[in-house]
Amino acid sequence: MYYFASIVLFLIGFYILLTHPNLIKKVIGLNVMDSAIFFFFVAVGFVADGGSPIVEGSQDALTVNPVPSGLMLTGIVVSVSVTAFALAIIIKVYQHYGTINVEEIYVVRSEREC
Amino acid sequence: MKFRDTIVSIITRFMLPFITLFGLYLIVHVHISPGGGFSGGTVVGAGFVLLSLTYGISMQERKFSHRTSTLIESGGALVYIFFGIVAFFYGQPFLSNLPIFPAGDPGRLFSGGFIAFLNIAIGVKVASTIVALFDSLGGEDLH
Amino acid sequence: MKHLIAIVLLVTLGFGIYSVVMDMPTFGDPDNPGNKLSQTEIVNRAVEETGSQNVVSSIITDYRAFDTLLETTVLFAAIAGIFATLIDNNRESGDVKDEI
Repeated sequence: MYYFASIVLFLIGFYILLTHPNLIKKVIGLNVMDSAIFFFFVAVGFVADGGSPIVEGSQDALTVNPVPSGLMLTGIVVSVSVTAFALAIIIKVYQHYGTINVEEIYVVRSEREC
Repeated sequence: MKFRDTIVSIITRFMLPFITLFGLYLIVHVHISPGGGFSGGTVVGAGFVLLSLTYGISMQERKFSHRTSTLIESGGALVYIFFGIVAFFYGQPFLSNLPIFPAGDPGRLFSGGFIAFLNIAIGVKVASTIVALFDSLGGEDLH
Repeated sequence: MKHLIAIVLLVTLGFGIYSVVMDMPTFGDPDNPGNKLSQTEIVNRAVEETGSQNVVSSIITDYRAFDTLLETTVLFAAIAGIFATLIDNNRESGDVKDEI
């Protein structure tokens, strides 16, 4: 059930990345795909009837698997860094071509032959 | 573009100490309750961005200047590496925790070796990253 | 036209991914290979080996502290790259480099 929802979210993000001609909407689609992958990975570590991974002191309590949550913290930081760098590049593209629409950039490049 | 709204400025002036205090609570209580360096650092950074959005970028330059932010960002990583190198003097591998640093009672604030200090370094670094990102990506238009 | 091609491609991709995901171990089972190992090796020994009650934070700052160090390096590299890309916007007139 959770796997199916994360696959649908990944495909929605991919559709946004493929079809919109605006560059900022492509960055938003990339972000949605990243969130779908984090959701899938954390859902793999679910244990039925398990408590939260804050152990109060008595040993051998059944908890949810804490390893995927710890690994995805690094992934979230990488996703933020990639989004920030993509937005900085979009600012330079706008200053160079004067537009953010991908199809208009193709027209300008084919006319300019640079 | 000078944007001065009465309601937003009153609420920002009232809420900013609480936001900073909550962020510091999330950073320091990493070994007792959910939280950690990354979430707490983001909350503190968001507080500074709120200050810049309400009062303009000159007010934020007074509280957290550009030079301070670059110093703190490099300092956070260096403190992390320093805590790792301390383990070399005791014959242990890089970044080992418990044979060197005192482990107190689990559940109290002074426990867990060097976990709290590493997270303070991470939280400071993430907060200055968020402020520096906001400055360079969109900050020039706010007078 | 390109919307139609995109939808056909994505539905095919979705069928392929779904057929692979169906072969994974049952959801929420405590005896999965990954869940069982992390319960006996990490959760049962975390409090006395690290002294902290939060198992997730003791994983990322004690058992795998090197990964967190490299992640802060990734943050630093991203900020350095952004400052290098946007250096012409932040430079004011009258700096030293204008005369070279």
